[in-house]
Amino acid sequence: MTTLTKEAGAPVPADADAFLSVRDLHVSFKTEDGIVKAVDGLSFDLERGRTLGIVGESGSGKSVTNLTILGLHNPLFTTIEGEILLEGQELTTAKESELEKLRGNKAAMIFQDPLTALSPYYTVGRQIAEPFMKHTGASKKAAWERAVEMLGKVGIPNPKERAKDYPHQFSGGMRQRAMIAMALVCDPDLLIADEPTTALDVTVQAQILDLLKDLQQEFGSAIIFITHDLGVIADMADDIMVMYAGGAVERGTVSEVMRAPQHPYTWGLLNSMPRLDSDLSAPLTPIPGAPPSLLNPPTGCRFHPRCTFQDRVGGTLCVNERPLLAPDRASACHLTAEQKRTIFIEEIKPRLG
Amino acid sequence: MLRFLVRRFLGAVVILFLLSIVTFLLFFGMPRDPALLMCGKTCNPQSLANIHHVLGLDKSIPEQYGIFLHNLVFGSNQFAQGPCPAPCFGYSYHTNDQVWATMMDRLPTTLSLTLGAAVVFLIVGLGTGMVAAWRRGTLLDKTVTAGSMVISSLQIYFLGPLALAALVYQSHIFSKPAYNDFTANPITWFSGLIIPWVVLSTIFASQYTRMARSSMIEQLQEEHVRTARAKGMSRKYVFFRYAWRGSLIPIVTIFGIDLGSLLGGAIITEFTFGLPGLGMLAVQSVQFSDLPLLLGVMLFSAAMILLCNIVVDACYAFIDPRVRLS
Repeated sequence: MTTLTKEAGAPVPADADAFLSVRDLHVSFKTEDGIVKAVDGLSFDLERGRTLGIVGESGSGKSVTNLTILGLHNPLFTTIEGEILLEGQELTTAKESELEKLRGNKAAMIFQDPLTALSPYYTVGRQIAEPFMKHTGASKKAAWERAVEMLGKVGIPNPKERAKDYPHQFSGGMRQRAMIAMALVCDPDLLIADEPTTALDVTVQAQILDLLKDLQQEFGSAIIFITHDLGVIADMADDIMVMYAGGAVERGTVSEVMRAPQHPYTWGLLNSMPRLDSDLSAPLTPIPGAPPSLLNPPTGCRFHPRCTFQDRVGGTLCVNERPLLAPDRASACHLTAEQKRTIFIEEIKPRLG
Repeated sequence: MLRFLVRRFLGAVVILFLLSIVTFLLFFGMPRDPALLMCGKTCNPQSLANIHHVLGLDKSIPEQYGIFLHNLVFGSNQFAQGPCPAPCFGYSYHTNDQVWATMMDRLPTTLSLTLGAAVVFLIVGLGTGMVAAWRRGTLLDKTVTAGSMVISSLQIYFLGPLALAALVYQSHIFSKPAYNDFTANPITWFSGLIIPWVVLSTIFASQYTRMARSSMIEQLQEEHVRTARAKGMSRKYVFFRYAWRGSLIPIVTIFGIDLGSLLGGAIITEFTFGLPGLGMLAVQSVQFSDLPLLLGVMLFSAAMILLCNIVVDACYAFIDPRVRLS
């Protein structure tokens, strides 16, 4: 069994061109109930100027992966194996002081809930100016001016005055804009957005997404965009990685994954998403069962207990052997490529409308 | 802010007023006649009635209360013992001393004891608590946690005599606890109070250690603290600027309560070390059914607690900008 799981995460040599390269990442937490394998053999690459969308249910390891990239996990309870290379620099073994120089500077993060993610005790301007002072050595005054400039750039009206406000004096959308200004203040090459629009109204959500796209064009950053909203990801991302139970199950460009998804889990996600242009009388089909406990993940294919296509593979392959995710366009499923195509066209697509 | 303070002060005055009524009623509910204590061995109905008349106890309760309030606000020249300027609580039944003067006489002892101990237990308590939070999970943290647990289960009447026996009577390292006027000689003031300070703050500090530790650990898990780390701020900066600020709220709350009640008199500590402060006065007033003294001590300690509460609320506004607006 162990050899099989090892094989599942078979390391692919790091892509020399990639800006960020994650190889065979394993993250586990010690908890009172046992060891939680939050990320289990994950590999992916990201190039400059591109946006990678990571989709998956809660607990699939999306956020953990990205916190690990910046080393924001709690080292007391966390074990990390594998490689994270940012421009060739190994991050899993990097010293805390090196990570500090990198965070907010070369790689920045936007969090989900801007109300709790901004400190209530300091002004918005100060919170934006702080990383700028730290990373560029700018004076207090210059950093404050930069903060005002950034607030203007993210579309806060009257930024000079609003910079003196505290986060609770901002509306939800403005707080998220301030959060984005804070993340972009040092022109990061990598921006990790962890469900940045989940806590916002739909109208504000659209504005924030547009803002992120504009800013990406201006700054040329690579973006990792985490969400569980397939609609948002179709709008934002160049590439998609679908995660399930701590590993990637499908990967490809947006049009590949959205038009011709190959993994039963992705089919399930698409099926459970309401669409305005589909037959409105057709019920949404949720994926049966619940996400597996990562304390004791299922053997073989992590998705097999919930998969309705298991019998098409035949035998005990799904139960015993973890399917591999090849580089580039790929899905980790034992179905043959031919089967995947016919099942999607004949059984899944008609229901999506 | 000013309006807030004015409102709170007016509220405090109302509470003190109500409290004085309750104290008055409770006193007369006691099955004990203070005049009997003064009457002595040759007591007869006639002399008892005399004493009642002198103390004003022969008047109706509302009338007595009215006189009390009037004296408190305007002072009085009606007392046989002499004049009594406002705030006048009258003269003690037991000692015949002016109550307010007696309290002001005892106040420096209580003030020195409380403030000195408060400085020590706040610094030591918060310091060790924060070190434990900083080194969470290490041997140091576990030692501090266990140690503070043991210490906080000790009591002053246990630790106090122990310290006295070991440090004063056996080894003569320190002088016997006593209150010496600070302005007269700061050195004897300090040496006389050091043991009470150490004992009192040992017991209080352990509580602050545990609170500071848990409050810091809680704050360190806040999302905004993670954001601060995600933008590259150093661990130290995040710890002292982001997490510390939030952890202060519960600590300031408890500190206000502790300080307020200690300022009203640390009864057990004063008795243990033989320091005649307000706490001793309070016990004495109950022992001798001494109504003027009882009212004085009672209202003074209540006023201290109310004052500390107002200061705490004002501190919240300094710590948390969200409080300033609402």
